[in-house]
Amino acid sequence: MVSLLRNQKVRNALLQILYVGSIAAMVLAGIVIARQNLAAQGITSGFDFLFKSTGWDLNFSLLPATANDPYWWYFLIGIINTLFLGTVGLTLATIVGTIVGLARTSSNELARLLGRTYVDIFRNIPLILQVFFWYAVITHLPTPRAAHEGWGFLLTSRGLYIPFPNVSSAALAAATLAVIAAIALPIWLGRTSRLSLPVGQRGGIQLAGTAAALACAAIILVAGRLADSPLLDFPALQGLNLRGGLRIPPEFATLAIAIAIYGGSYIAEIVRGGFKAVGKGQVEAALSLGLGPWRVFMLVRLPLALRAMLPILANQYVWLMKATTMGIAVGFTDFFMIVALTINHSGQTIEAIGILMAGFLVINLSLAAIFNRINKAIALKGNQLRA
Amino acid sequence: MEMVVVAPPAIGKIEDLRRRFFATPLQALLSLASLAVMVFLAWKLLNWAVFSAVFTTSGGPEACQAAAGACWSVIAARWRIILFGLYPYDEQWRSALACLIVVVMTVLSCVPAFWTGRRIALVWGAGTALFYVLMKGGVLGLPYVGEEAWGGLALTLFIFVTTCLIGFPLAICLALLRRSGLPWISRTTGLIIDGVRSLPLISILFTFAIVLPFALPQWLVGDKLYRVILGSALFFSAYQAEIVRGGMQGVPSGQEEAAMALGMRYWQRVGRILLPQAMRNALPATINQFVISFKETSLVIIVGFFEILASGNAAYGTGEWRFAYVEVYAFIAFIYFIFVFSLSRYGAFLERRMSVGER
Repeated sequence: MVSLLRNQKVRNALLQILYVGSIAAMVLAGIVIARQNLAAQGITSGFDFLFKSTGWDLNFSLLPATANDPYWWYFLIGIINTLFLGTVGLTLATIVGTIVGLARTSSNELARLLGRTYVDIFRNIPLILQVFFWYAVITHLPTPRAAHEGWGFLLTSRGLYIPFPNVSSAALAAATLAVIAAIALPIWLGRTSRLSLPVGQRGGIQLAGTAAALACAAIILVAGRLADSPLLDFPALQGLNLRGGLRIPPEFATLAIAIAIYGGSYIAEIVRGGFKAVGKGQVEAALSLGLGPWRVFMLVRLPLALRAMLPILANQYVWLMKATTMGIAVGFTDFFMIVALTINHSGQTIEAIGILMAGFLVINLSLAAIFNRINKAIALKGNQLRA
Repeated sequence: MEMVVVAPPAIGKIEDLRRRFFATPLQALLSLASLAVMVFLAWKLLNWAVFSAVFTTSGGPEACQAAAGACWSVIAARWRIILFGLYPYDEQWRSALACLIVVVMTVLSCVPAFWTGRRIALVWGAGTALFYVLMKGGVLGLPYVGEEAWGGLALTLFIFVTTCLIGFPLAICLALLRRSGLPWISRTTGLIIDGVRSLPLISILFTFAIVLPFALPQWLVGDKLYRVILGSALFFSAYQAEIVRGGMQGVPSGQEEAAMALGMRYWQRVGRILLPQAMRNALPATINQFVISFKETSLVIIVGFFEILASGNAAYGTGEWRFAYVEVYAFIAFIYFIFVFSLSRYGAFLERRMSVGER
């Protein structure tokens, strides 16, 4: 027996069995105890509860939801809410971050200082503090009767009202797709090898593609207009309430603003890092070839910087996607808040936590997969000099 | 032959300014626009925070609300609740002293003389013990104050310090386990680390605070505060473990092979060869992780702790000061800013200093 223990292989095997076994035993014991405790409270474990109706309402949902809907539908709504908030927040944060990041890399000292001040302030204050701050600001806005008004927008404590096209939701979705196509089409046209035209001479085709897609979007919007109503619906005060337009609830607006500002400061640093990583020699070579500043930027600095920043940007996006869980601080029904409410109302603790973990795993893995795809697609082929 | 050195022609101050800010029309436009934005914002901010602000409590909330600028009276009236929470009034000096201990601890950890495993462990271990005794009392004639009465800045700092104190050794263990040559050990550890990293911190805090009591036997449940600290330490260690592992990968394999050839045992190799070099590689990222972790302690408000953000909410939430939310949040943001900004500046300084030899 002792000689068996002296054997390196046997010892290694025992060690591994012990380690994995003790962790598995701890997890199993936890689940068993939890099942006992929950059973003592009259809660049967299992996923049957997914098909029961919830009995509580949601304050924000992109899809129709009533208290009679089953739990699985609510979970789906939660994931869609999270993804929607994430997409809006990330888009805004990217826009803010790009502007600030470009200011930080600009050759103008004052612009650099301005960008730096922004980053230093908003990066060093916790996100949740910013969420609480913006929520307090929005909920302290005047009531609808005394709303701040401008350009058809209304800012009130009940939410932000913006003008909105009077079209059916199907037409709206189709138009959105067309706009996305208008952005994606020129990129695809510029890269594909299916066209016989050389890459340098595709400007006209790209422009035509964008114009056609945008025209499509406009036609869909006009055709899908609801009968007997103006194309754009402006919010206006009627009696004590606001009618018309699109209402952005305070909770959603708060989170989108906070994520845009906080995330923007992080993305600005990533953008700056990306531009710093572009070799000086590359830029000097481009300048000495006689390219103007704009073409140096578009043809040399931007493409190289994009490649340098994409992997870090992907990590930041995953982080910001997880930050949508701050929704619970202001009562926005994102995925996590729906899980928390489910635990409160149904007591199905283990199952709900399992669904939460699985949901975030899927979201993170798909984000990572998308970015890996993009990364691979734009990676420089071969071994090129970078410095 | 005599060398002729031609100095660049001296340029005047005005010419210098012109070259720096008005070299081209576009540059001039950019400079003027930036300047305008800066002056506008600075004026608005100063006007609000200083010139039109009310600083005294004499007029009460009404006089304050009428003022055009900031109402700093709310801070003058409520700073105790923001900083100390519900800690007994007569004992609040203990809470203040405890916060000071954390500051001293942090400053000491930034001094290179303390950068050995034993000294840094001593500073943090002794500091945290002192903090705990001072806050909790019950000995040396200090009246007892239970954890449920802790609040404000002291609670935030306590959660942060204990998170690091538990999380850091755990991170080193996890990193070593993940690097282990035994496949099942490294795989299982990798699964745990990646699993924790893929979850949002809020969900982990929520699980530890509210769900875990169901899954633990009665005698193990303990206080909610310590469960939350454990959860936050686990989260910290999952991120820190990857940083430490990255640092270990930067140590050339020849170092470990040489140590093996000298007949050093595993713990000697880890303690004397691998970790010192790995921690040096990982130092900038580690400080960054501390900064992030400090900012994230504010999330415990979600699971119902009375830390500085929650005490701030309480400070303006009650009746007469309802309008003064901006001032309260600005005050808390300022406190966070001081801690986080100085730490991250220090991190940037270290990074520059350490990269000097590599150029």
